[in-house]
Amino acid sequence: MIILGGGPAGYVAAIRSAQLGMSTALVEKDKLGGVCVNIGCIPTKALLHSAYLATVIRDSKEFGVEAGTVKTDYGIAMQRSRKVSDQNSKGVEFLMKKNKVTVVKGTGILQPGRKVKVGSDVYEAKKAVLIATGSRVKGLPQIGLEINKTTVISSDEALFLEKAPASLAIIGAGAVGMEFANIFHAFGTKVTLIEALPRILPLEDAEASEALSRSYKKRGIEVIPGARVKKGAPAKDKVTLEVEAGGATQKLEVAAVLMAAGRAVNTENIGLAECGVQVTERGFIKVDQNLQTTAPGYYAIGDVAGPPMLAHKGMREGVYVTELLAGKKPHAIKYDNVPSVTYSHPEVASIGATEDQCKERKLDYVTGRFPFSANGRARGTGETEGFVKILRDKRYGEILGAHIVGAQASELIHELVVARENEYTVEEVELAIHAHPTMSEAVAQAALDSLGRVVDM
Amino acid sequence: MATNVYMEALSPTMEEGRVVKWHKREGDAVKTGETLAEVETDKAVMDLIARADGVLRQVTAAEGQTVPVGKVVAVILGPGDTSVPAPAFAPPAPPPRPAVAATMGSGERGAVPSAPVQADATRVKASPLARRIAKEAGVDLKLVTGTGPGGRVTKRDLETAGRGERGAASPAAAPAVVLRSEPLPAPRSPEGAGAGAAYDDVPLTQIRKTIAKRLVTSLGPIPHFFLTTEVDMERAAEARDALNKQLGDQGKVSYNDVIVKATALALVKHRACNAWFMDDHIRYWNEVHIGMAVAVEDGLITPVIRNADRKSLAEIGREARELAEKARIRRLQPNEYTGSTFSVSNLGMFEIDQFTAVINPPEAGILAIGSIVPKPAVVNDQLTSRRRMRITMSCDHRVIDGATGAAFLKTLKQMLENPLVMLL
Repeated sequence: MIILGGGPAGYVAAIRSAQLGMSTALVEKDKLGGVCVNIGCIPTKALLHSAYLATVIRDSKEFGVEAGTVKTDYGIAMQRSRKVSDQNSKGVEFLMKKNKVTVVKGTGILQPGRKVKVGSDVYEAKKAVLIATGSRVKGLPQIGLEINKTTVISSDEALFLEKAPASLAIIGAGAVGMEFANIFHAFGTKVTLIEALPRILPLEDAEASEALSRSYKKRGIEVIPGARVKKGAPAKDKVTLEVEAGGATQKLEVAAVLMAAGRAVNTENIGLAECGVQVTERGFIKVDQNLQTTAPGYYAIGDVAGPPMLAHKGMREGVYVTELLAGKKPHAIKYDNVPSVTYSHPEVASIGATEDQCKERKLDYVTGRFPFSANGRARGTGETEGFVKILRDKRYGEILGAHIVGAQASELIHELVVARENEYTVEEVELAIHAHPTMSEAVAQAALDSLGRVVDM
Repeated sequence: MATNVYMEALSPTMEEGRVVKWHKREGDAVKTGETLAEVETDKAVMDLIARADGVLRQVTAAEGQTVPVGKVVAVILGPGDTSVPAPAFAPPAPPPRPAVAATMGSGERGAVPSAPVQADATRVKASPLARRIAKEAGVDLKLVTGTGPGGRVTKRDLETAGRGERGAASPAAAPAVVLRSEPLPAPRSPEGAGAGAAYDDVPLTQIRKTIAKRLVTSLGPIPHFFLTTEVDMERAAEARDALNKQLGDQGKVSYNDVIVKATALALVKHRACNAWFMDDHIRYWNEVHIGMAVAVEDGLITPVIRNADRKSLAEIGREARELAEKARIRRLQPNEYTGSTFSVSNLGMFEIDQFTAVINPPEAGILAIGSIVPKPAVVNDQLTSRRRMRITMSCDHRVIDGATGAAFLKTLKQMLENPLVMLL
C-alpha cells in the first residue's frame, strides 16, 4: 500500500494498513502529521489554551486569586505551540517506525499502474494507492486580498507571528475564524470578525451562532455578519477594507487581514489526470462508496475525498479503506454522525441535524434544552455560558441532532455521538446515571427536557 | 458426549430452513425429544427436536437466519463434556449423526476449531431505536436482517426491510419509514402498498421459492389443455342444505366438500385421470387422495384428504376444515400435504366465474372451481333461475387425452347435478 500524504487521514491509514500486515509506504513532502499537527488543529489548541489562561487569570480576582497585572506575549505562546506541534509530529514519526511503515520524504506524483514517483524513484503498490493530499487555505484574489504573508495572512502565517497585531480583520467566521478571533482578542488585538453569511458559525445551529455572537460582542470582538468585502487594499503595514453589511458600507483600517474563508484541496500536479482519477465540479476527487476513485486501485481519503473537511473524518476514512482492502468488512462510515467542534470560548460542538435542518426536512421533532447556568458544576467554575440542546424525533425519541455551547462542549458532545452511532434514544441517554456534579449532567437534563421531565429547572 | 444439532430436512423438498424461534436458549438444559427451535421450511413451520440430553451450547443460527440443511446450528453438551464436535457440514439426512472431534484443550466449554462462533445467536441484536420502532410498528425483529455491528438490527435495516430495498437509504429519509407489520408479506392490496413507494421488492420466502420452483416445472414443460363445463348445482345445493339440517351442531358440509367427494368418486370410475406422470412411466393410482388448494399467508399449499372416495361428506368436511386451519397457521406435517393423486382448487368464494388451475406435478389433472351463481336456465322447456357453477379441468396431455378428460368431467357433472348418483 502506498499512501500519498502524511496528514491525519494518511498516517492513520498507514498505521492500520501496517497493523493488517500490509507492506506500507507513506509519502510526505513536509512534516508528518500534515496541516492538522503542524499548522492546524494542534497548534491552535495550544494557542487557545494560552488565550484561555489569559482570560481566566484576568478574571481570577473574584475567585480569590490575584495575579496582579496580566501580561501576554504571543511570541512565547507561539513558541510553545510550535513545541507541541513538533512533539506531535515526532510522535507520528515514532508511530511510523513502530509500525514499520516506510516513510518516503518527497513530493509524490501518481503514475498509472498503481505507481508513485518520488524524485527519481518509482514505488509500486500491489494493493492500492491512497490519495490523502489534504487541503490548504485560500485567499480571495478577486477582491484584492491575495495572501501576501505580511498584511494579508492565512492561518499558516498567523501561527508563526512573533507578535499579536494591534488590529486584525478576520474574514470568515467558521471554526478557524472563530478560534483565531478568540486567540488574538485574548492577546490584546482589536478583532473584527467578518462573515458573508447571515450569521457567524453558519453551519452550526442558529442558537449556537447567537450565543457565540453575544459572547464575542460582550468581550469586545466586533462581529459583522451578512457582510460583503467589496474591496481590499493592502498597504505596507495596514489594509483598508470596504465592507458592506445591512445596506451600509463601512471602511475598516486594520493592521492585518486573516483569511479564514474556505480551503482548496491539493489535487494539482499530483498526476491525477494521467491516472484517470477524476475530480468533481467542486474540485474534490470523485469517489464511490468504497472511496475508490474513477481509477481502479486508487483511493482518496480525507479532505480531497470531499466534505466535511475534518481530521477525524479523514482518519476514519483511512481506517475504513485499509480494512476494506485487507478483506475485512469495516463498519460503514456514517457521514451524518461526524461531530463538528469549534474550540472557541465557549466551545461549540454539534452532531447531526440543526433545528433549521429538522424544519427543512419536515421532521416531527421536540427540542430539549438545558442551560449551564442551571448546572452546579458550571456555577462552581464560573463557566455558566452556553447550553445543551437536543433535537429528538417526536415519535421514537431518536436523537436527530445535538448542539452544545459551553466550556467543555468538545468533550461533552461524545456522549451524544456514541448514542447516535448506536441508535440510543434520548431515554437511554437519560437512563444512564450521570455523576453529580458534572457538566455532563446538562446532557442528561436536556434529554429529560425533551421528554418534558426536566428536573433541575 | 457432545452432539451436533443440525438443520434437518424437515420436509421432503427442504434445502434450507429459517430459524423462526429458539425455544431453548444458550445454556438451557435440553432433553431428547424436546423442541429446540421452530424452523420455517419450504412448506411449513416445523419443530427442530433435540436428539440428545445435555446443555445447549454454541447456537450459531440466529432467529430469522436461513441455514442450509445439514449445517450445524448448535451443540448439545452432555454432562461433564469438555469436547465439542467439529462444526462440520453433515450430509443432509435426518436424523443426523453426531461427529465427535478430538478434545480441543481442557476449557470448560471446549474450543471450536475453524469458523468463529457467535456468542449466542438466540439473542436478537437490535439498537434501542430499532427496538422501539419495531415494537410500535409490530415488526418482528427476528425476521429483519441486521447490518449493524455483529448483525445488529438498525433503524436503516427496518427502513430497507419496509421498503424492500437494499442500501441507498439517505440518512435524511426519516419521514419515509414504511414498515411492514407482518413478518411474511401479505398479498399487496393498493391500500397496503408503501406510501409513496413506486414498488416494493419482497424477498422470496421459503414457501414462495418452492411455489416458484414447482410451478415453472408445471406450465412450462407440461402440455396443459383445459376442459370447461357448467354444472347445475341446484340439487347439490338442496342436498347440502338437507344434510346440514340433519347434522345440526355436528358440523357443516360445504360445497367444496361435496365437490371433493364427487371428484373422488368420479376418479374411481376414471382411473385414467387419477394418475402421476413419472417421466418414463405413468402411475395409475388405486387410491384417491384429493389435494385441496388452500390459500395461506404469502402462498398456497395443498393439504391432502386421503381416500376421499371412502369418506363420508361429514368426515371430509371435518378433515378439510382441520387441514385448512393447520395450513393457515403453518403447522401442516409433511404427510399432510404430500401424496395427493388429483387436486381441486376452488376460487368460488372470490366470485370467480371460471379459471384455469396449474397442475401440481406429478399429478395429471386439477379441477378449477368457479362460483355458484343464479343463472337463467331452461329446465323442462321452462325458463327458470338455477344455481350454476363452472368447473375447468386442467389435464396433462401426456397422461390424459381430450376424450378421457371429457368422460371424467361428464361423470363428475352427473354426480353434482344429481347427488344421488354418488350413492350408486
